[in-house]
Amino acid sequence: MNTWPQTASLGLADHLTVAPVLLPLVAGIVLLLARGAGIGFARAFGLAAALGQLGLALLLSGAVADGDILVYALGNWSAPFGIVLVADRLAVWMLLITATLALPALLYASRGIDGHGQHFHVLFQLQLFGLNGAFLTGDLFNLFVFFEVLLLASYGLVLHGGGRERARAGLHYVVVNLAGSSLFLIAVGTLYGLYGTLNMADLALKAASTPAENLALARAAGLLLFGVFALKAALLPLYLWLPAAYANTSAPVAALFAIMTKVGAYSILRAQTLMFGDQAGPMANLLDAWLLPLALATLILGMLGALAATSLRAQTAYLVVASVGSLLIAFGLGSGAGIAAGLYYLAHGTFAAAAMFLLADLIGRRRGEIGDRFEPAADIDRAYLLGGVFFVAALLLAGLPPLSGFLGKFLILRAALDHPALPWVMASVLLAALFGVIALARTGSLLFFRTCSQRDGNASAPTGALWTELAPVLGLIALCVGLTVLAGPAHETTGAIAEQLRAPYHYIHAVLGGQP
Amino acid sequence: MEALLSIVIGLLTACGVYLALRGRTFPVVLGMTFLSYAVNLFLFAMGRLTIGQPPVIAAGAAGYTDPLPQALVLTAIVIGFAMTAFVIILALKARAELGNDHVDGRGRS
Repeated sequence: MNTWPQTASLGLADHLTVAPVLLPLVAGIVLLLARGAGIGFARAFGLAAALGQLGLALLLSGAVADGDILVYALGNWSAPFGIVLVADRLAVWMLLITATLALPALLYASRGIDGHGQHFHVLFQLQLFGLNGAFLTGDLFNLFVFFEVLLLASYGLVLHGGGRERARAGLHYVVVNLAGSSLFLIAVGTLYGLYGTLNMADLALKAASTPAENLALARAAGLLLFGVFALKAALLPLYLWLPAAYANTSAPVAALFAIMTKVGAYSILRAQTLMFGDQAGPMANLLDAWLLPLALATLILGMLGALAATSLRAQTAYLVVASVGSLLIAFGLGSGAGIAAGLYYLAHGTFAAAAMFLLADLIGRRRGEIGDRFEPAADIDRAYLLGGVFFVAALLLAGLPPLSGFLGKFLILRAALDHPALPWVMASVLLAALFGVIALARTGSLLFFRTCSQRDGNASAPTGALWTELAPVLGLIALCVGLTVLAGPAHETTGAIAEQLRAPYHYIHAVLGGQP
Repeated sequence: MEALLSIVIGLLTACGVYLALRGRTFPVVLGMTFLSYAVNLFLFAMGRLTIGQPPVIAAGAAGYTDPLPQALVLTAIVIGFAMTAFVIILALKARAELGNDHVDGRGRS
């Protein structure tokens, strides 16, 4: 791909790379301007924009399937002087997951939750704008800016609907992320001071020839960057903000946030393979010493949290932490097979967690005052149907056969077979699976079997609307079933992504053009 | 000049961290603001400190000062300003919802 395209030859197809960033931005602005047009318009327009993003992600995945790396120089300033957007297989895979997740979340919100506060649809689109931008950008400072965009939108979404618990959890969430942003800037500043560039491909080149006297500083900056990404990904010591924020926000927002931790995981993977990859000389494999042990501990602690949780949404939030742990174990193995397994697990974990968040809201609203807390309540309407759906979602999250959770875990364990830390990985993953099964089995029996016989009349939600409410959950579960049935092609795709990531030379070459 | 700037950045960071760890929302907001000041100065200094040089290469000038950190700082200031405004409003909202200004909502009201 030419990185210095002639303006005259730029067709519509050349702008495909920037379209997933522009579409939600424009949609968000239109929704903001047309806020007088009523909620019906906002829902239809938001859904249309989300569908459009799915279409764009599919188009892009067709364009990068052969291993091409699309580079879009914003303002036609060539790298490393201007900011570039880079669509490689990994970025497009993340775009595809985001767009696929956004649709059910938006559908669920359109059942009425979007009316509990102002500007839900505007913030939702801006959140997608930040997410898509963060996945596509090839510039470290631009990554910071997109992080801020998606965080600012997420602050609004976390607080959507208002309420005491939400305000408190939101305050913690905002302050923690503000501190994270400061650290991000310090890391970015240090890297710029050392290398004089913020383009990730250029950084990767220059990191390989870091002079010895700068090495300590460069490693400090790299690890600081890792710390910031670990905060976003909710890795071990930095996950404490997540359960409260996710458990107290509204269900569609929590479902969308299932992808938020994956932004951190994506950034870690990108930094690990591009800037601190095997070819980076003295900076090579900077993160390896930290990533695997922390990921193993995160998995175990996340599952312990799920065991100790007192409500279904808090439990699901801890399961998100645990799934980040599994994901980063796979990335931390450092092999192509590990990355491929991790990316498969990423798609599965995102959809499964989102399905459970939506389901927790559905069940909670049918239990009246008690909500989704783990206390005996009256029988819920249509308990067989909801229980069946819960059972499938629990199978997915616990990683039991025959669904995609099991396949993901299996792939991760298989990738770990020739890794020196195999006993640790085996023990942690299997122990975590046991904890997950116990936690979810207890939840299921408590929600659906240990019920009081008497029914308090005010616990009823509109029963006729159950199927339409359940549709997004079923859609997400169907996606996981699809990942199970099509596990072969999906794993081939993630394998191709891993292969591309293991050869960062192509990425660097595509971004910097002919320069070696 | 480098020593002075380092001391200023260090002091601002220390104050920011101390205040951010307090239990009431107002000191936390102030701490965040201090931290963002420190970060802005740090970013600015990363282009190296030069005096009396133009930010773009001009004919006849002996050198130039790196314009990129200045652009970065400008962006960081704008974002930091928006975040501060947001967190102040959020702190006020939390004060109203929780009945006091403790970050966990637990203090004496």
